[in-house]
Amino acid sequence: MFKYYVQLALSSIMRSKVHSLLTMLTIALGIGACTITLTLVSSMSANPISHKSEQLFRVQLDNWDPNQAAISPDLPPEFVTWTDANNIVNAKQAKRQSASAITWGMVNPTEQGLTPFLALMRVTSKDFFPMFDVPFIYGAGWDESAEQNNDYVVVLSKETNQRVFNGVNSVGKTLTMLGATFTVVGVLDDWHMSPKFYDMSYGAFSAPEDIYLPLGLKAVFELPHGGITSCWKPIESQRYDAFLHSECINFQLWVELEDGEQKAQFNQYLTNYVTQQKTLGRFPRPLNNRLLDVTQWLEYKQVVKQDIQVMFWLSVMFLLVCLINAASLLSAKLHTKHSEIGLRRALGANFSQIILQYSVEIVFIGLCGGILGVLLAIFGLQGVASLYAGYGQLIELDLTVVTSVIALAVVGTIIAGLIPVYSACRPAPAMQIKQ
Amino acid sequence: MLTMNNIGKVFTTDVVQTHALRDFSLQVNEGDFLAVTGTSGSGKTTFLNVAGLLETFDSGQYTLDGQDIQGLNDRARSQLRNEKIGFIFQSFNLIPDLNLFDNVDVPLRYRGFNASQRKERIINSLERVGLGKRLKHLPSQLSGGQQQRVAIARALAGSPRFLLADEPTGNLDSDMAKSVMALLQEINQSGTTIIMVTHDKTLAEQAQRQIIVRDGKVCDSTGPITRPESVSATNV
Repeated sequence: MFKYYVQLALSSIMRSKVHSLLTMLTIALGIGACTITLTLVSSMSANPISHKSEQLFRVQLDNWDPNQAAISPDLPPEFVTWTDANNIVNAKQAKRQSASAITWGMVNPTEQGLTPFLALMRVTSKDFFPMFDVPFIYGAGWDESAEQNNDYVVVLSKETNQRVFNGVNSVGKTLTMLGATFTVVGVLDDWHMSPKFYDMSYGAFSAPEDIYLPLGLKAVFELPHGGITSCWKPIESQRYDAFLHSECINFQLWVELEDGEQKAQFNQYLTNYVTQQKTLGRFPRPLNNRLLDVTQWLEYKQVVKQDIQVMFWLSVMFLLVCLINAASLLSAKLHTKHSEIGLRRALGANFSQIILQYSVEIVFIGLCGGILGVLLAIFGLQGVASLYAGYGQLIELDLTVVTSVIALAVVGTIIAGLIPVYSACRPAPAMQIKQ
Repeated sequence: MLTMNNIGKVFTTDVVQTHALRDFSLQVNEGDFLAVTGTSGSGKTTFLNVAGLLETFDSGQYTLDGQDIQGLNDRARSQLRNEKIGFIFQSFNLIPDLNLFDNVDVPLRYRGFNASQRKERIINSLERVGLGKRLKHLPSQLSGGQQQRVAIARALAGSPRFLLADEPTGNLDSDMAKSVMALLQEINQSGTTIIMVTHDKTLAEQAQRQIIVRDGKVCDSTGPITRPESVSATNV
């Protein structure tokens, strides 16, 4: 019987091609717009490390001006000073700890016969890589000894390795940069956290850095301060180390804590640390330490801006309007079928057979509209990606979003489309045949 | 056998109640050819619709082939209609988008016959009405008389016990009407019980029996009319 319903549906669609196409296009427009917006919102609001987001904590300490909070009403700054970053990382009170900051410098791959280029770099602790599950294609991060000795070691991004070493295994090879010779210890695989929660200084969806090197080398090479740098107190001199030992903040500090007990212990450690620093004349404000896990941090940073959320609801409403329009078109079409429905009932079709017959046609139209909508969404997303280059890697069609929107369209079309069929089936067949 | 005992049917609108059938009692035996006549609004079409399970009734008792109709759900009524009753309508009621083969196929699909059974029945019934060579034609390509023959073929394809015809010649000229009437008589002679509603007294006279309906009741009859004395619940 199902085959019969499919035959009837196809024949009905072919008989009213223009009408059916209009209905499908109406659904497709709604789905296309909704899928594009949902994909953007879903990508932007996704937690890129959900499996351990409750174990990773952003550390905030309030070393700010006693007369004015860093962030209103009474929130601590988002970054920490060089002093605090080093003290806390070296104290090793968490399972893992990582301080990092963006910087940049010249790379001179003369040995490889390439022209020098300016590279975006990240100075960081060795725990950065295991903490954030950074994937390696060759080698690994540097070890404790390299970190303590400020060895000239680097980890390259896959792109940089491709650029300098043609993508081959470069572990153990040397690279001239910052006027010194560095040894490559690791090469990352493709890695683009989105949003880039561990450092949103250049935007939540900015590209990852080209080169990673030990935190201590920032001082050795007096590397520039990338990202956001804020100071509430004048720096004593123009010397580089004066900045490092000032109350200026520039470093992202993250720790990994396995459970509530470790979190409580670490909190206590922070309290003790700040109390001890107060005795040295620092931290003039009341104790105001914060540990936010990844989810809390993303919420706090409002990664998904309000205007995008408004856009999301607008697109959902647009989809609903399209579905209502599609339902009106279907309703107009099915209204002409009242006498056929009555006749079929007179000839022996029961209520559920009639509903099933027209459901097949409606589902078919809904599905075609859905597939057309997804195609529109693919083109639309490519358009968005070409307009906003930074969002290129972010914009990937999410299967969950696509299936949800198509399911919504099909269910919406069925509900809307079956209303006229249901109302046509309610009167006695005799009345329908008369019509 | 079709038995109606004191059937009542009232149509209610916001402003008026119309008693379409009042204490309507009738028995139609196996193989009968019954003509139902009456003025417009007398209730004859309502009777036919109730008899064909196209309309429910409000009171009384109706048994079709020993089965009590009251209380049957939609599925059971549809099945009974499909298996035991064939319909012929005044305006033919063919589906314009389907060819003759597919039009006749409609009731057979709901009956659950397989493809070869359906094909055999469709071809046989279309041949029986003289349209065996026009299987792929659309209804719009046929004359009114031919369309009514297709409707008759559709009604016959499922081998129903009862054929209910509502003004089957109402939209036909006299020659076509005669040929359709001859076909109905032939069908009746082969054992199918026919109940035909008509305005045409000449056609009615060709039936075995006639009843006249007035104000929703059987008021007169010719031929061997049978009024049910009682309908036992044990018939259910």
